[in-house]
Amino acid sequence: MNELVETIGRCVERGKINKASPFPGDMKGLDGADELTHQALEAGTDAEAILQACIAAMVRIGEKFGRNEVFVPEMLMAAKAMKAVTEHLKPFFQSGSVQAKGTFIIGTVAGDLHDIGKNLVSMFVEGNGWNVVDLGVDVKPEKFIDAIRKQPKCVVGLSALLTTTIVSMSKTVQEIRALFPSINIVVGGAPLTMEIAKEMGANGYARDPQGAVRWLAAIREAS
Amino acid sequence: MKSLLAAVKKGKVLVSDGAWGTQLHQCGLTSGECPELWNVTRRADVFSVAKGYIDAGADMIETNSFGGSPLKLGRYGLGDRAAELNEAAAAISREAAGVDRFVLGSIGPTGAILMTGEVTEEELREGFRIQAEALQKGGADVVCIETMSALDEACIAVRAAREAAGGEIVCTFTFEKTATGEYRTMMGISPAEMVQAVKEAGADIIGTNCGNGFDGMVEVVREIKKVDRLTPVLVHANAGKPVLRNGVTVFPETPEMMASKVNDLIGAGADIIGGCCGTGPEHIRALAEAIRYR
Repeated sequence: MNELVETIGRCVERGKINKASPFPGDMKGLDGADELTHQALEAGTDAEAILQACIAAMVRIGEKFGRNEVFVPEMLMAAKAMKAVTEHLKPFFQSGSVQAKGTFIIGTVAGDLHDIGKNLVSMFVEGNGWNVVDLGVDVKPEKFIDAIRKQPKCVVGLSALLTTTIVSMSKTVQEIRALFPSINIVVGGAPLTMEIAKEMGANGYARDPQGAVRWLAAIREAS
Repeated sequence: MKSLLAAVKKGKVLVSDGAWGTQLHQCGLTSGECPELWNVTRRADVFSVAKGYIDAGADMIETNSFGGSPLKLGRYGLGDRAAELNEAAAAISREAAGVDRFVLGSIGPTGAILMTGEVTEEELREGFRIQAEALQKGGADVVCIETMSALDEACIAVRAAREAAGGEIVCTFTFEKTATGEYRTMMGISPAEMVQAVKEAGADIIGTNCGNGFDGMVEVVREIKKVDRLTPVLVHANAGKPVLRNGVTVFPETPEMMASKVNDLIGAGADIIGGCCGTGPEHIRALAEAIRYR
């Protein structure tokens, strides 16, 4: 692999967005994902190669998060660095040469206004090559249902932070399920466990963003 | 203003209150409603939660102002009512606590992360200042900054409260056990890092709340005590990790189970013990009895 492409991947993994970003401390003043991607494309590097290197970088940081070697700040910065890369790659994808892996509709369930976890999952799934429809926070079941109608082949992700909104999540799963019996739903959030996910009738439980990415890959493989 | 520090330093372990959110839901608060708005629209219900804990034997109660920062209230379009809603929260708890018990004015995280640039230090500082000032005006003895996970936000809150209210400050963080068996907040902060930073910022009492049942809290308190033997420690523990049974969220730890572990927690070094998510007046009653008759 081209050395520049490798460096872009490292910027994503370390969350180095651009030259001006002070994070991480040991890369201060260096070019970041933004500048390097621009340079690589100028030099004629294949957009797909850059994308694949960055997807691999997101997987690495996501796995580290799963092992508690890094925490939310590192994940957020990595996702932002990934965004800086994909901004440059957009024109190449809009030409249709790269296809999304599928559509993932995500939201924090009704009654819950927390968005940090939901945003992380959203950014990591998007960074992995999915088309993500982010419905935001406090999303009522009807809003999920409307979004699903527009994308009947989608996969749905539900997020909750409050212990008091587990019930709201359960209701959301049931209402979606009643209209779309075969749709795949994955749930996640601090108060959730695999047992709770099963009890509410979700197809999957993801304990972290990379878990959601892995689960989506398995679903895609199976279909 | 009464001194909670002085009360702790007399050597008696003190009893704090239990959950507010889950109690308000039992009074009919629906998901998606702003809990702090109830301080003016459903005052009697909020009072009944506070009174329930006082009657159960708590030496102190918090206030219904956890999400009372202008930033959080702003999500309900109530950002400009922060002073009013926090003051009302403190006044309700003051009335329930009477003159003898302590009122801890609750301040929770804003939900915004400084390092992403979505909020500035100045915005955070100003929000916490408004909250702390209003809580004190309403009758809070102490400001309790809780459920924190980021050092920068917690320290800004402690400093802002110190400048605005001038009273004693409690600061507690929420830790989770990692794959390697250590405790960290979701932002990656260890108990040792928390202790050093929030004390430097000016917290008088430190501790931990939410995220864990009693067993986990015993381990967290031990880690705090390893680096700081002197600063008093407050613990607000969950009634275990929730499970979903027949469409209802259930917390597994009964009052008896929690009470049976009080000695472990005191042995680890806790000075003030209360509950968080899933605990109610019965948990506090059992805790108070276990502490008094141990």
